Amino acid sequence: MIWDALFLPFAEFGFMRRALLGCLAISVGSTPVGVFLMLRRMSLTGDAMAHAILPGAAIGYLVSGLSLGAMTIGGLVAGMVVALASGLVSRATALKEDASLAAFYLISLALGVLIVSTRGSNVDLMHVLFGTVLALDNAALILLCSIASLSVLTLALLFRPLVLECADPQFLRSVSKLSAVTHFVFLSLVVMNLVAGFHALGTLMAVGIMILPAAAARFWTTGIGGLLMVSALIAAVSCVAGLLLSYHYSLPSGPAIILVAGIAYGASVFIGPVGGLLAQALPRRHFKT
Amino acid sequence: MAALSFQDLTLGYDRHPAVHQLETEIADGSLTAIVGPNGAGKSTLLKGVTGALSPLAGHVSFGGITREDIAYLPQQSDIDRSFPMSVVDLVAMGLWHEIGAFGWLGRSGGRRIDAALAAVGLTGFEKRPIGSLSGGQMQRVLFARLLLQDAKLVLLDEPFSAIDARTMADLLGVVRSWHGEGRTVIAVLHDHETVRAHFPRTLMLARELVAHGPTGQVLTPENHARARAMCEACASTPHICGKSAA
Repeated sequence: MIWDALFLPFAEFGFMRRALLGCLAISVGSTPVGVFLMLRRMSLTGDAMAHAILPGAAIGYLVSGLSLGAMTIGGLVAGMVVALASGLVSRATALKEDASLAAFYLISLALGVLIVSTRGSNVDLMHVLFGTVLALDNAALILLCSIASLSVLTLALLFRPLVLECADPQFLRSVSKLSAVTHFVFLSLVVMNLVAGFHALGTLMAVGIMILPAAAARFWTTGIGGLLMVSALIAAVSCVAGLLLSYHYSLPSGPAIILVAGIAYGASVFIGPVGGLLAQALPRRHFKT
Repeated sequence: MAALSFQDLTLGYDRHPAVHQLETEIADGSLTAIVGPNGAGKSTLLKGVTGALSPLAGHVSFGGITREDIAYLPQQSDIDRSFPMSVVDLVAMGLWHEIGAFGWLGRSGGRRIDAALAAVGLTGFEKRPIGSLSGGQMQRVLFARLLLQDAKLVLLDEPFSAIDARTMADLLGVVRSWHGEGRTVIAVLHDHETVRAHFPRTLMLARELVAHGPTGQVLTPENHARARAMCEACASTPHICGKSAA
């Protein structure tokens, strides 16, 4: 019974195993990036970047059809251009990061909608928006795993400046020239992971697996190492549960995965021991010192 | 020898000068207070020294030090107090110039962190999250980080505002020890009693230099009156420097 419900779908169907591997790769790659987005109070930046890469992917699609390479490159280029342009404007002028990012992603989005509409709407474009996690081929899996590996390695290398850039950017700028480098490399990681995510979950759902586990993890642990671990775990469990739900009840898998992560977030808000609603309501004895 | 010399230095924002044609020198190893009315350009001058602000005219030159040898404590640090980071993590970043982005802290690094925390009276606070500290404790943490930076020139922007007397006394002890070790210390201060008691030299600023010298000769009623008058004069309509007849 349990075997049938939990393991049989993966044991029996190759597409389920591929979907699982793809989703787990995204969990490992995206969630640490999501944790840092949350800690830098840039959670909505993920959303903005997802909108920014969409036109690039659409252009790639219109140029060469449903091609992994063209859509990946299109998405990366569009995302990088928006990240760089908004970063440069906010660092060189008085405009703050959020406003300049909003300006550039809206320009990018409008451009994308314009291009798509002149070439006529297309059903396949729904794949870009909502992903094709049950139809990941070898090339897509290799891309997802490569991006996840590269992302984790880069974060490990960049860990100290990134933590400092989040916690005390003024100090980092006073002791090092790495501040700008850190910022742009981090934004490239956001773009890369969103591009990886949109192959499986679609551009908009990809943000969900980045942010929701990170936000949920905040209610379970205080240390940054713990946040990274717990959020990756929540993401992985959400992926497995979401895929199984979509298999058993014939639901679209991308939204199913994100909704499971959403339930994990909702539950964490209530029962999470670190500042959760229940923990605040229960009288607990305070520390002596 | 001068650690710092300002040559016709004009600093400002959006073409409005906040420090105007400053021409003076800060001696190596001196302990100097910068005083002046609100809006006199005190904080701006420190930003000009760190390089965060480029001069509109003139320049700052350093004697025997580089920008790497400067430690700077801003008036309002934009530290995210909710960031999940412990006291020891934050203080350890004072060793940035030695360990950089990837270097190992090592045992000697650990010992120096312990010593710095002890010097500011925070032994036992190592594992505390920075979000749980009071304002005074946070200032002690920032001083511990400054200690580890081991800088030849220390710039403090209103380091004692909004902290209790006990913390201020302890941190003044740290400042005195820096002075004793021959480091150059410049602090922006409001409280003239503190300046008189602990700072041998004072630079009074009111956009332009009012006076610079031994504290007793600078903190005079005449200089205060002049500084206030100069700041009020500056508040009138700006004109293009050097070209206006008005």
